[in-house]
Amino acid sequence: MSESVVDPDEVRHVADLARVDLDDDEVERFTEQFGEIIAAFETLDEVPEVERESELANVMRPDEAHDCLSQDEALQNAPESEDGHFKGPKVS
Amino acid sequence: MATEYNAYVTTERIEGDDDGPLAGTTVAVKDNISTEGVQTTAGSAMLDGYVPPYDATVVQRLKSAGATIPGKTNMDEFGMGTTTETSAYGPTENPAAPGHVPGGSSGGSAAVVAAGDADMALGTDTGGSIRCPAAFCGVVGIKPTYGLVSRYGLIAYANSLEQIGPIAPSVEEAAELLEVIAGPDDHDATTRDNDGATEGLADAADGDVDGLSIGVPTELVEGADDAVVETFWDAIDELEAQGASYHEVDLPSVEHAVEAYYVIAMSEASSNLARFDGVRYGQSGGYDGNWNESFANAREEGFGEEVKRRVLLGTYALSAGYHDKYYKKAQDARAWVKQDFDSALDEADVLASPTMPVPPMEMGESLDDPLQMYLADANTTPVNLANLPAISVPAGETDDGLPVGLQLVGPAFGEKTIIRAGSALA
Repeated sequence: MSESVVDPDEVRHVADLARVDLDDDEVERFTEQFGEIIAAFETLDEVPEVERESELANVMRPDEAHDCLSQDEALQNAPESEDGHFKGPKVS
Repeated sequence: MATEYNAYVTTERIEGDDDGPLAGTTVAVKDNISTEGVQTTAGSAMLDGYVPPYDATVVQRLKSAGATIPGKTNMDEFGMGTTTETSAYGPTENPAAPGHVPGGSSGGSAAVVAAGDADMALGTDTGGSIRCPAAFCGVVGIKPTYGLVSRYGLIAYANSLEQIGPIAPSVEEAAELLEVIAGPDDHDATTRDNDGATEGLADAADGDVDGLSIGVPTELVEGADDAVVETFWDAIDELEAQGASYHEVDLPSVEHAVEAYYVIAMSEASSNLARFDGVRYGQSGGYDGNWNESFANAREEGFGEEVKRRVLLGTYALSAGYHDKYYKKAQDARAWVKQDFDSALDEADVLASPTMPVPPMEMGESLDDPLQMYLADANTTPVNLANLPAISVPAGETDDGLPVGLQLVGPAFGEKTIIRAGSALA
């Protein structure tokens, strides 16, 4: 259908964009599987350009303050928090 | 109570109000639907120990209707699978066909209903995840029209495709449960109030198919397994005997539906699952190195292989240079599928096909070949692309005793039509 569209470097690049570390075995498996899956996606080339009817309507609401989670509730699932804030890793 | 077939992730009971239409009824809830104070994992190690501080709208409605929730059911991780084998909590076995998968991703929900361990259950359906397990476990499942049921509190996989819906032993019970959860919600702007679409659903299960016109899309029958096709035509014969008639219809667009579905679903997943960075909830990636390293570490540890596969493929499909080639083409295919279904439904009350082109696979059989697993969703994914309602009802069994489901698709907000038609069989 098409030449192998994916090589290991490309898998590593996409994993980097998606912020997912992969081990070498995963890179190897994904390289092989992605070639096959992306070849299937390429059959979408046969789809004609279709005029899309838009039945979409915006849904609006008044911009008013309402009850929401307390600070404790919002923090209860955080692996770590400090002084009422989420604790994140270093920016750089 | 835990089951021998591993259908629950959590068995903490949640008691509903004393009275209401579901008083005295147990309704198991899929583990990607938030329950206040009760662990909700979406089948992922990423969310192990996560306890939502609020209820999903459908859970609030269950409690107000008097239902008891006996536990949170096992599922493919984040809904990504067709067999309930990608769960971080181990696979669920099919109680209606031991040694086989229960289908997915709502496999735990269908399994507890099939085994009689819960009266009914909620599942979610992004590309067939209610209808597939209903078919494989020999029970009834409804994927509602997009916008009929609130998704507030559902852990999102692909927002533009998914709906929460009921699984039950009979069409009437499934319709009763749907009636409880359906209807507009201020917390979900995609819900719609569609002139009575949410009322009288259970009453529509009167089994009256006299004069019903059934369209059979040839593309959705031809590729199916022989044993499935035979059982499918037996069910159509049965509907004919009760006064329905059928004609064949042509839906050329569905040849591209699975590919379009996976491009769209994976693209949405790659964006949705970006929230799992191990800071606000989920498994922490630690505090060594910079934030990109920490996030990538959290996601390596927390996500299973199928989830990584879909997040990466979605990232690829949306990345610079590929967006027009894949995502835009997939949206064209989606619009084409919608048009095809709308025209076919101008000439028929419902469209019928086998729910799944194959009987339940043996456990462990399909995990090594992801593309093969994706292709099993050929008959269910077009319905999500078209935003339409569909029901899977038991059609019978293969000679080997494996359950086969019949799928009936109706017009948008035409739940009553598919409930009435389905109730002639179950």
